[in-house]
Amino acid sequence: MKYIDSFRDNRLAQKLAAAIRQEVQGARPAGQPFRFMEFCGGHTHAIFRFGLPDLLPPEIKMIHGPGCPVCVLPMAKIDAAIGLAQRYPLTLCTYGDMMRVPGGQRLSLLKAKAAGADVRMVLSPHDALMLAKDNPEREVVFFAIGFETTTPPTAVIVKQAQALGLKNFSVFCNHVLTPPALKWLLDASGSGEDGVPPLDGFVGPSHVSAIIGTRPYEIAATGYGKPVVITGFEPLDVLQAILMLVRQVKAGRAVVENEYARAVTAEGNVKAQALMAEVFDFRDTFEWRGLGWIPHSALKLKDVYAAFDAEKRFALEPSAAKENPACQCPAILRGAKSPEECKLFGTVCTPENPIGACMVSSEGGCAAWYSYGRRKKS
Amino acid sequence: MTNRFERSLDIKNGRVDMTHGSGGRAMAQLIDQLFAKAFDNPALAEGNDQARLAIPAAGRLAFSTDSYVISPLFFAGGNIGSLAVHGTVNDVALSGAKPLWLSAGFILEEGFPLADLECIVTSMAKAAQDCGVQIVTGDTKVVEKGKADGVFINTAGVGLIEAGVDLSVHNIRAGDAIIISGTLGDHGVAVMAQREGLVFDEPVLSDSAGLNGLIEAMLASGVTLHALRDPTRGGLATSLNEMAQAAGVGMRLDEAAIPVRAAVRGVCEILGLDPLYIANEGKLIAFCPAQQAGKLLAVMRGHVHGHEAAIIGEVVEDDHAFVEMTTTLGGHRMVDWLAGEQLPRIC
Repeated sequence: MKYIDSFRDNRLAQKLAAAIRQEVQGARPAGQPFRFMEFCGGHTHAIFRFGLPDLLPPEIKMIHGPGCPVCVLPMAKIDAAIGLAQRYPLTLCTYGDMMRVPGGQRLSLLKAKAAGADVRMVLSPHDALMLAKDNPEREVVFFAIGFETTTPPTAVIVKQAQALGLKNFSVFCNHVLTPPALKWLLDASGSGEDGVPPLDGFVGPSHVSAIIGTRPYEIAATGYGKPVVITGFEPLDVLQAILMLVRQVKAGRAVVENEYARAVTAEGNVKAQALMAEVFDFRDTFEWRGLGWIPHSALKLKDVYAAFDAEKRFALEPSAAKENPACQCPAILRGAKSPEECKLFGTVCTPENPIGACMVSSEGGCAAWYSYGRRKKS
Repeated sequence: MTNRFERSLDIKNGRVDMTHGSGGRAMAQLIDQLFAKAFDNPALAEGNDQARLAIPAAGRLAFSTDSYVISPLFFAGGNIGSLAVHGTVNDVALSGAKPLWLSAGFILEEGFPLADLECIVTSMAKAAQDCGVQIVTGDTKVVEKGKADGVFINTAGVGLIEAGVDLSVHNIRAGDAIIISGTLGDHGVAVMAQREGLVFDEPVLSDSAGLNGLIEAMLASGVTLHALRDPTRGGLATSLNEMAQAAGVGMRLDEAAIPVRAAVRGVCEILGLDPLYIANEGKLIAFCPAQQAGKLLAVMRGHVHGHEAAIIGEVVEDDHAFVEMTTTLGGHRMVDWLAGEQLPRIC
């Protein structure tokens, strides 16, 4: 724990907060705060869990980004997974948060499980693979979600399934990619009332960057003039990144800086990248909740692994379900609104009874706000 | 007693079968040679369908029940048997009662090894003895293989509350100190580690323990105790929210003061869990006027089950009944109810 505690040091946090206050003092006219988006839900969670808003001056406005894996998956994909579990005699395995995300007809995988579908929570895709190996008579599907962090493990199990010669295992692949979403946000930044607000820079992902490296973010700096500081999930990391962003903006600089050098390199994890390239192809386009269809923003299994592709093995039903029109998850995911601006927040939509995906995962903006920060509103 | 049966029970190699719950000779033998032998006491030895008990003094009775479905059945620091005694003893004792008697109902799955059952029953007997309670009545049912998970246990407990003792959530007042009797999350992490095969440099043991001795010492201290609660499922955060809501007060915690073992914090970091929401089975939260908190803390620290006790916060007036915390960084945040299920089948 000592390696964690040193990144949660109260004295250093106060010093960083003081440095940030000093930097922003008089730097901007009143009412024009520095707007930084933390792309990752992990950062959103850390900001609230450690009470960082209390340490930041009003001149800094943090805007929560779309980097929450279960949040960005559109309802149609959840319905497809529920449909798989209900219509076929199979075991559907997925991560815990995914089970509570509401699909159409107010159903979720958790509710489908209670109604008799065989849905299981796994902590790792390897658990799903082992379930298939140990139960050869049982069809097992892994509902794979997440950004580049969770993609390499999925690639590993697909290769292992092939090596083991499994006939009863497949993956419903919904892995999405960070750089196309970042580019979408950059294109949309400052695009009006319901769009992405004008952003001064980005707090860049931690774990995702450990895989993809720092280079994919260069386009933000060179193409759009927006600084990016890649940083860890600890509170001192976040404060340090904010200070670095403020300094860049004030100096009129826009570069990619790496605060998280203890885990992230320029090249990233080359082995993991090679593994992903070996197993997955880009999809032509993929729908993101809140952001819409983004070209080449998600992965599918390569044809040589078609035997392990749930989309090829089973007929997935298209979903006609419509999102609750009052749910502001889409606007929240693109930073256009904050959770408390949603009429459903904390009334109809709570962690016990989520209407939108952002209220489900601890990385979701609404859940973080509700669980850690709602006293502010009261 | 053993001569009532032709052959004694083959505990070493035997397994539970449907006849052990049939009401016939096999069931009688299981009860005689396993349960009655381990739990031996006069009320049980009478062999009636009920225990007949003399109430030892005037006062009110405290009565509580709990069912235990924990998986795995055996974990570092205990098993379902010791847990079933400690959990119910604590539920009774937290009212300020002296726990006296327990019942024990077993739902056994066909095929369950008798050796495992004996181990569980022996642990129950030892836990009861340590807590100074008697298991005076019981029941055994057997269900077909696949209809249960080894063994489920229900225990109910009765205790005596002496005149003048009044512990209730409704006594909690703004200005009370909030005290925890020791480190948080040990039980949940021990069980989780067992399930996931996690290995630590220093093993994390479940804190499963009977707290009636500690509570007795606290009551004898002369401090005005307002309320006690054990932070089991849902952990400290959920217990405090329940109490804040019931008492109509707010609570303010100091994160730096909350004791959590380094190994528990480490596991929580890796698995994305929060120690504030993890189940404990041998800890209590105490409320007393702030000016008496130092004295109570000293008494608690003098007891084996309270030596890591700490004052972790205070009760304040708050119409929203919010539980809030000053973080280690000096920021503030809410400490909300547990949403969903953090660790299923933890007790």
